[in-house]
Amino acid sequence: MGKYLKKSPFWFFAVFLLFTLIATVVAAQEIAPTPKVDTGDTAWLLTSAALVLLMTPALAFFYGGLVRKKNILSVLMQCFMITCLITIQWVLFGYSLAFGPDVKGVIGSLAWFGLKGVGLDPNPAYAATVPHQAFMIFQAMFAIITPALILGAFAERMKFSTFCIFSLLWATLVYDPVCHWVWGVGGFLRADGALDFAGGTVVHINAGVAALACALVLGKRKGYPDKISPPHNLPFAVLGAGLLWFGWFGFNGGSALGSGSLATSAFVVTHIAAAAAGLTWALLDWIINSRSTVLGIITGSVAGLVAITPASGFVNPIGAIWIGIGVSVFCYMAVAILKVKFGYDDSLDAFGVHGIGGMWGALATGLWATKAVNSAGANGLFYGNPAQFLIQFKAVIVTAVYSFVMTFVILKVLNAVMGVRASEQDERIGLDLTQHREAGYTVLE
Amino acid sequence: MKYIIAIIQPDRLDEVLTNLEEREIHLVTVTSVMGRGRQKGIAEVYRSHKEAGSLLKKVKLEIAVNEDFVKSTIEAITSGARTGHVGDGKIFILDLPECIRIRTGEKGGPAIG
Repeated sequence: MGKYLKKSPFWFFAVFLLFTLIATVVAAQEIAPTPKVDTGDTAWLLTSAALVLLMTPALAFFYGGLVRKKNILSVLMQCFMITCLITIQWVLFGYSLAFGPDVKGVIGSLAWFGLKGVGLDPNPAYAATVPHQAFMIFQAMFAIITPALILGAFAERMKFSTFCIFSLLWATLVYDPVCHWVWGVGGFLRADGALDFAGGTVVHINAGVAALACALVLGKRKGYPDKISPPHNLPFAVLGAGLLWFGWFGFNGGSALGSGSLATSAFVVTHIAAAAAGLTWALLDWIINSRSTVLGIITGSVAGLVAITPASGFVNPIGAIWIGIGVSVFCYMAVAILKVKFGYDDSLDAFGVHGIGGMWGALATGLWATKAVNSAGANGLFYGNPAQFLIQFKAVIVTAVYSFVMTFVILKVLNAVMGVRASEQDERIGLDLTQHREAGYTVLE
Repeated sequence: MKYIIAIIQPDRLDEVLTNLEEREIHLVTVTSVMGRGRQKGIAEVYRSHKEAGSLLKKVKLEIAVNEDFVKSTIEAITSGARTGHVGDGKIFILDLPECIRIRTGEKGGPAIG
């Protein structure tokens, strides 16, 4: 027993058990279903939650295919660990911080600790026709994938123990507050009228900008840029991108929180934007590098999905095409020019695709949003309301600045306390073997 | 005894194996390798980043033969692997001092067959 007491994961596990115990006492509750629930809406939201969950393993393969053979497991592991870790964080206190009763517009209180009071009755403030727990678990999947997106920036060089602590802190100190500002009742950006249908600011700008901070604090991989081997398994990346596209129908379509016409509209524009962006990237590659590439078309499609995310409940199909075209142009420039010029090593372009794509999507929502699609939304600049563009701009700046500064501080503190980077030797050997004592592939047998 | 190493285009492998078979040369080891010659490989591009030091996929054959099979082995390889384009590959021939069949312990020429 004594030898375990010295290991930090032991204490981590002890805290996890303690919180669970407290929650068991605090959150003891009666759960009774009520007739107000709409079965169609609930069916779609639960389906959507499952679709969004699938996006994290999909992302694992999208990213995993792009790293070197010796690091494939580390990427898959980080995604799976986040799925487990953030789920528990969300249930114990994350959901309460994000969506619980508002405290001065900046954070939710801990009143819903351990899902206390989050039962099977609908919560009309968020979704009037589905059980509150359906909304909670749908949102849990967003809380999971957001920190997972960041790992594209520090892939192949972060110490696993630090990664776990970082993800937990980032979810608590960055994701939960920003989620509250934009989506929580009483959140100050929501009160401003900022439009973010499915997470352009909360998920993509937030994770994308955090990714940039990670790339800067961790520094370049050994050998970057010219001595890094190319993607070890592009077919994995294509599989991942395809499953991301599939899961995104739940991400955006599910964000209608019901199964009617708004979900349909979000579903349709999501598909259109992904297609327009994939096509645009393929053509840009063809023009600039004389060949259209597989990595290019899947990167473009994912960028299109990123950009349409905040706009998906507010724009029509033609607006979606413009958003798709625009995102590939901007992300292409970020990845091919900006990254090279400034020389940061955003290993898998988490900032280039999610940060830049998210910003374009949030701003483009302020251009193409129309009340003809969603009367609960607003008109954008092209529909006679330039003020909306400024509101979107403010939400982008606030989210980006907060995410960058907080991520930077968290990493600096962790670096001082426990070190963020794997040792040079470990990085050279590969994270699979050094961090997990496993190998993704065998050479013999 | 000679030890023959040939580097050839991957798509010529079947032809070369058939030619070897026709000449009753059965002992062969094949590996998939990367390589380049004077013409170098084709540069790969990932998200607009051009890869340095490009290599092409090649196949390496290793064949141990008795002296009287050397000529027919070279014939089998050259006729099977030649396309007339750059990158057809090379054949290297080394002296082979010894060969032992693990199962029986036979040595030298009889062990190769």
